[in-house]
Amino acid sequence: MALADKDRIFTNLYGYQPWNLDAAQKRGDWDNTKAILAKGRDGIIEEIKASGLRGRGGAGFPTGMKWSFMPKEPNSARPGFLVINADESEPGSCKDREIIRHDPHKLLEGALVAGFAMGARAAYIYIRGEYIREAETMFAARDEAYAAGLLGKNACGSGYDFDVFVHRGAGAYICGEETAMIESLEGKKGQPRLKPPFPAGAGLYGCPTTVNNVESIAVAPTIMRRGASWFSSFGRENNKGTKLFQISGHVNKPCVVEEEMSIPFRELIERHCGGIRGGWDNLLAVIPGGSSVPLVPGDQCPDMPMDFDGCKAAGSGLGTAAVIVMDKSTDIVRAISRLSYFYKHESCGQCTPCREGTGWMWRVMERLRTGDAAVEEIDMLQQVTKQVEGHTICALGDAAAWPIQGLIRHFRPELERRIADNVREAAE
Amino acid sequence: MADRHLEPDTPELRARWGNWTWNEVNAKKVPDIIARYPEGRQRSAVMPLLDLAQRQIGAETQTQGWLPIPVMEYIAKELDMPVIRVVEVASFYTMYNLVPVGRFHVQVCGTTPCMLRGSDDLLTACKARGMSKGHNSADGLWTLTEVECMGNCASAPMVQINDDNYEDLTAERLNFVLDELAAGREPKAGTQEPGRHTVEPVGALSTLKQMVSENHDYRGEW
Amino acid sequence: MPKVTVDGVELEVPAGATVLQACELAGKEIPRFCYHERLSIAGNCRMCLVEVAPGPPKPQASCALPAAEGQTIRTDSEMVKKAREGVMEFLLINHPLDCPICDQGGECDLQDQSVAYGRGASRYDEHKRAVTEKYMGPLIKTTMTRCIHCTRCVRFSEEVAGVDEIGALYRGENMQITTYLEKAAHHEMSANVIDLCPVGALTSKPYAFEARPWELKKTLGIDVSDATGANIRIDSRGREVLRVLPRINDDVNEEWISDKARYQVDGLTKRRLDRPWIRRDGKLQAATWDEAFAAIAKVKPGASVAAVAGDLLDCETQFAAKKLVGALGSSLLEGRQTGMDYDVSSLAAVNFNSTFAGIETADAILIVGSNVRWEAPLVNVRLRKAVKKGAKVFLVGQQWDTTFGGEFLSEDLSVLGNLPAHVSDALSKAERPAVILGGAALAKGALGAGLGLVGQFNLVRDGWNGFNVLHLAAARMGGLMLGFAQKGGIADLVAAKPKLVFSLGADEMDFAKFSDSIVVYIGHHGDKGAHAADIVLPAAAYTEKAGTYVNTEGRVQFAEKAVFAPGDAREDWTILRALADALGVSVGFDSFDELRAAMVAEVPALGEEGLAAYGSLPAGGGSADGVFGYPIKDFYLTNPIARASEVMQRCSAELLHGEDFAEAAE
Ligand SMILES: Cc1cc2nc3c(=O)[nH]c(=O)nc-3n(C[C@H](O)[C@H](O)[C@H](O)COP(=O)(O)O)c2cc1C
Ligand code: SF4
Ligand code: FES
Repeated sequence: MALADKDRIFTNLYGYQPWNLDAAQKRGDWDNTKAILAKGRDGIIEEIKASGLRGRGGAGFPTGMKWSFMPKEPNSARPGFLVINADESEPGSCKDREIIRHDPHKLLEGALVAGFAMGARAAYIYIRGEYIREAETMFAARDEAYAAGLLGKNACGSGYDFDVFVHRGAGAYICGEETAMIESLEGKKGQPRLKPPFPAGAGLYGCPTTVNNVESIAVAPTIMRRGASWFSSFGRENNKGTKLFQISGHVNKPCVVEEEMSIPFRELIERHCGGIRGGWDNLLAVIPGGSSVPLVPGDQCPDMPMDFDGCKAAGSGLGTAAVIVMDKSTDIVRAISRLSYFYKHESCGQCTPCREGTGWMWRVMERLRTGDAAVEEIDMLQQVTKQVEGHTICALGDAAAWPIQGLIRHFRPELERRIADNVREAAE
Repeated sequence: MADRHLEPDTPELRARWGNWTWNEVNAKKVPDIIARYPEGRQRSAVMPLLDLAQRQIGAETQTQGWLPIPVMEYIAKELDMPVIRVVEVASFYTMYNLVPVGRFHVQVCGTTPCMLRGSDDLLTACKARGMSKGHNSADGLWTLTEVECMGNCASAPMVQINDDNYEDLTAERLNFVLDELAAGREPKAGTQEPGRHTVEPVGALSTLKQMVSENHDYRGEW
Repeated sequence: MPKVTVDGVELEVPAGATVLQACELAGKEIPRFCYHERLSIAGNCRMCLVEVAPGPPKPQASCALPAAEGQTIRTDSEMVKKAREGVMEFLLINHPLDCPICDQGGECDLQDQSVAYGRGASRYDEHKRAVTEKYMGPLIKTTMTRCIHCTRCVRFSEEVAGVDEIGALYRGENMQITTYLEKAAHHEMSANVIDLCPVGALTSKPYAFEARPWELKKTLGIDVSDATGANIRIDSRGREVLRVLPRINDDVNEEWISDKARYQVDGLTKRRLDRPWIRRDGKLQAATWDEAFAAIAKVKPGASVAAVAGDLLDCETQFAAKKLVGALGSSLLEGRQTGMDYDVSSLAAVNFNSTFAGIETADAILIVGSNVRWEAPLVNVRLRKAVKKGAKVFLVGQQWDTTFGGEFLSEDLSVLGNLPAHVSDALSKAERPAVILGGAALAKGALGAGLGLVGQFNLVRDGWNGFNVLHLAAARMGGLMLGFAQKGGIADLVAAKPKLVFSLGADEMDFAKFSDSIVVYIGHHGDKGAHAADIVLPAAAYTEKAGTYVNTEGRVQFAEKAVFAPGDAREDWTILRALADALGVSVGFDSFDELRAAMVAEVPALGEEGLAAYGSLPAGGGSADGVFGYPIKDFYLTNPIARASEVMQRCSAELLHGEDFAEAAE
């Protein structure tokens, strides 16, 4: 059973058609949004809860429940904010970009629906700085929506005032972490905050705030229109809905595609990506959820359901569904070491284990890549990853540790082989 | 980024940039930018203003712009915030150039998804043209930086040059783009794969085929 | 009051306590680097990790986690031990192993905690990080490879000092702490970051390589560089004071001292009076004690004698002088060297009644004629705290760079009789309104007008007294309690044309008015007062004698003697006692203890540490007008010790007069 085009939310995913308001409305966006809002805050939240939508930003937190954490009573001294996470910087992730540049009105409409449901006064869309053209589109789409009365005062004629602002980042992966994003929005370095307090209690400018991924927000209007049961008819229990998958690396046709959750890995690749480069026997390993999750060895992949639980059962995670495929030509140690470099580069530097540990891990990884290490250092590296994991302020520390742990778990013989080769070469 | 540093605060630097102000067009944008944030929260505008300043300086110097110390002081004053906090921000985010860069900032993505699809070749191609990482070429045309994942992984490998991305590159395709730029032309941005539109699978579409030729409305099929 | 269990022991902790505080209450030591009671919580060093249930299955930063009912906290589990070892190892991998040459050696948190919580051998095989040195000015020596990025210095500058000039630039492992453009730290409290730095990254430049902590004698003292009476610890070796550090006293200085309190002490060994001098043929010439006493006796003043007290004096010296002058039959005593003559019939009217801790809780404050930053940096810190809690501050006088905002109303005192509506409004509506009168206001005769505001704004109410006078001299309140004030001020002394004038370290006044008198200077530095004298008797500086001080809040505090005075110099009271013999009168005490007993008998409040009771405020009245300047022209050079200090001179030149000393960092 394949997802039918009529059940795809992002019908202009590839941008064959214009992104503008007129075209978007013809595709069904902003269609009587007022009626959605008329369902009331609780009505919307209940529908989203029932749909089974889980956050698309990586952690998979139930979206409806998250919205329900916002204060019930509006307080004009501490207005609530929705912050939309369009920082998309996780290596392998490249889906929010497509939404922003090809379907920005889905995001804007979602911002109104979600913002209304949580009682927020305004939304900030935080777009990573490198998405320059994408941000231009976003600014322009926002202006269109204002001009058409869809946003701003009495948005969509609903009687509700709601503003949407676009804020550009300037090059820092860590700003994708929700509290770092809030700091950054406040004009500071993107350094994650300590929790508690959680953003729903005290977030942007000290006010109640909810941070959601672009995809989580952009799917909300369609869910409201088609109903929770429609959305939850896709995917396995606890892993509902449709999802944008981003397949990169050694497949014949890398692409971004909207599919049903829980689609088996092999089916995803065969149907949309033209198969693995060099055939299935040539598959070495897959990182199913973006750089922050451990790799899965190739032989365990084909039947893996591509959802939260399926990837977890394989010792990894769905993350953002950024699937990085590696065939047997890959220098797997280098592939992971390059990710270690990424984390070292992107550590904000405030907390000790991450600031010091990411550099240490990368340096050891580089020596393991060339074999210039002792076998005991593999265990030491494993311990260092454990000293970072779970000891940091934000999850970047964990994200830096897991890929290495996955490598050691599944490719230890390869690491040892390189060391042995190196020793042999030195002896010769 | 390892060797990011501030341009030293010299009398020459002060003389060159001490009187810098917004140009007429940007001066009009500033209040609008500040108005995006609640009253009293003008500090939130520091990132957009740094970007605006860098762009203006880029236009003034025919480069991609950078942020001299006096300009950061100017923005600090404008936003009524301590200048050390502005410098913190400018030095934290990699897109703020702390030293002058060339006319074309060639940012080659080197992270794993691009690496898997050949970013090494792109760096080699750049080096073969005399660029070297972290440096400006002698003719002032190029600055080469290896950057982290740019979010174009499904059309990797990619290079961002100034405001545009060039995707699905090979060394040959990159050389073509660079030649065009050097010649003052505007090569097509986006994917360089013949026949590919954006991030759909190359060749026959696996989904949404109707969308290619018309703005199809699927609601009738719901 | 949540109940928690720490390592199996159940206890109740105050509401709002953190898990770290709960552990401390349970007697458990929690290692930490970034956490500091007086700064905001950063939670970045990760050294304070403990195990907390309920919660995620990983260690929690105890400094940042609120203690909650029913928590079970473990500080002794394997998870915690591992976590500490891990963090310790990370902190050390890029830290140089230069403890033997590090000034922090022996009082370094990193050193201590690595012994207590580290794993021993390092497994780090890579190169250590290189960090360029940073210039931070004449007081702070930097060795930035030692920095562990706890950000205490950043938070202190921003939160406490209110001078936002230290930051952490770049990011990740390249993060670097620096002042803006590596300029000197530019405020009066800057050197407190040295105490705050848990490692040897920021150390004391003047004190560099002077001594190791275990060689030092530690004495409890009171600072005299202003009238706040900061509690200090004087570290000395032999006869030399090597450094001064703050002691914790939440009521007075919390945990801070001004840069002057800390660094004027090198002036204690310069320009010292270490033997008597007698003016002969218009020139001061060295003499013996006997010659000096004989010369004074020869004056035969009878009752024509007066004493002027200097700004740095303890109460005992002033009392001894009072007894001597009294025994000779005079009561001409004055301490207000610059001629002030405000009414002292009520000491409550010239006291900082809100207290320093109290002013922090004021919600509307009117400051009249005080550059608080320079006159009382520690009070300035409190004002900043008040503003952070929401207080509105208004100022009368010339603009100065406040660290807390505030609105300058007018340079002319006449505004007091005619406050703008929004100011009266704020003061009237405040729950804890306060007025602070500074020295400049007193000098301009504004005390009455100031007291007039008490009734107008109801400054005294249940549990609150919002009327305050902020003095500049450490000796002032003690002196006033002992009667060092004439109705007409110094002018009364001048008018009396005394034959003999004792100048007790009076270095801020113009002695030309006493040109017909024989002036005997009793003090410690060859400063203005000594140069104007006919006879000079070398005495002890504040570190060289025990004594009682009363700060501008009326707080009585005792200081101990740290070192002996140099050369032939003697403690002041012994000089005055010997003078009684020389002049043939009796002062009624033969020992320091007898002196103190007599003093307390006369002014009982001086015998008890704590706030003296001065009764209720008198009614105000009168008006004030005119513009004025502030008394301090140079923060770093306000007293003879500071003026003799090379460090203070350098600070003055570099920080106030912009002279360029910026050197390539050592
Ligand atoms: C280091 C780090 C980087 C992150 N980057 C992103 C990102 O780029 N985009 C995103 O949506 N979420 C990112 N997240 C997750 C967010 O913190 C947050 O969970 C998410 O935006 C919540 O949205 P959702 O509930 O809609 O998934 C990141 C988290 C961490 C720890
Ligand atoms: S884990 Fe890394 S990125 Fe996250 S707060 Fe700590 S130093 Fe910053
Ligand atoms: S890795 Fe290069 S764009 Fe993602």
